[in-house]
Amino acid sequence: MSNAVSTLNGASFEGYVRVEEQGLVGMITLRGDLTSKALAKAVKSATGAAMPGQGEIASGDKGRVGWMSPDELLLIVDHAAANDMVAALTKALAGEHALAVNVSDARTVFRIIGAAAREVVAKVSPADVNALSPGQLRRTRIAQIPAAFHMIDEETAELVCFRSVGKYAFDLLKDAALPGGEVYL
Amino acid sequence: MLILECPYCGVMADETDLHGDGEAHLKRFGPGSSDDDFEGYLFMRKNPKGVHFERWRHASGCGKFFHAARNTMTLEVYGTYLAQTLEPPKAIIDAVKAKHPEWEGYK
Ligand SMILES: [Zn+2]
Repeated sequence: MSNAVSTLNGASFEGYVRVEEQGLVGMITLRGDLTSKALAKAVKSATGAAMPGQGEIASGDKGRVGWMSPDELLLIVDHAAANDMVAALTKALAGEHALAVNVSDARTVFRIIGAAAREVVAKVSPADVNALSPGQLRRTRIAQIPAAFHMIDEETAELVCFRSVGKYAFDLLKDAALPGGEVYL
Repeated sequence: MLILECPYCGVMADETDLHGDGEAHLKRFGPGSSDDDFEGYLFMRKNPKGVHFERWRHASGCGKFFHAARNTMTLEVYGTYLAQTLEPPKAIIDAVKAKHPEWEGYK
């Protein structure tokens, strides 16, 4: 079997915040009726997380679950566990109008770490990043590309984009994080 | 900058997160319709200076279509509402009338 390799193989950049690509991260897109009890139960048993509310991201012992739209969730899990999790979800949701797909290798994940993490993300996105508290997920764009991000804590942002534009996102974040580009600090 | 609240996500999304999709509440005329109706459906659009109802899509967010009532002259937004409606809901009509008692109404 071939070796899975992430977009930038864990590249990082030290600017006035640290930007790092997260390597292999498991990700599952789950579409279905988010009000369904069966779906909530399947998500709970897969990740340990409760069903997130509108615009939220919930955490469990086996992963995080982000609310992407009224009928879509993003499960962020261990890369090696994603395939089995998709199989388990598909089995548990056999009677539901739902679909689980392993999209791990179609995405790139970054963390932006430092006191100015919010500022760096805010530079490249139209979202009100300062109003985004940990536990909230925002799906928007960064410069020319779609992205979703949330604050893991006050000084760590996690950002997800499509793999095909992973290098663009990294270059963009590096540029926003260049020393000398501080706005408030 | 135009800012609309996505009724699905509850986020205030600015214009660059959205995609405008033209006039709202068009009635489709397909096979079997008269030439005039079909032409109207394809090409004839309102272009008011003032209160207007539009379709928008939360393109870089949830991806859903929704409706917005806004003023093309002042950029004032009266409200946004779900795509699954054939005409503006009462709350939106009331919001417009509160601002513009002289408004002749939808249609
Ligand atoms: Zn939305």
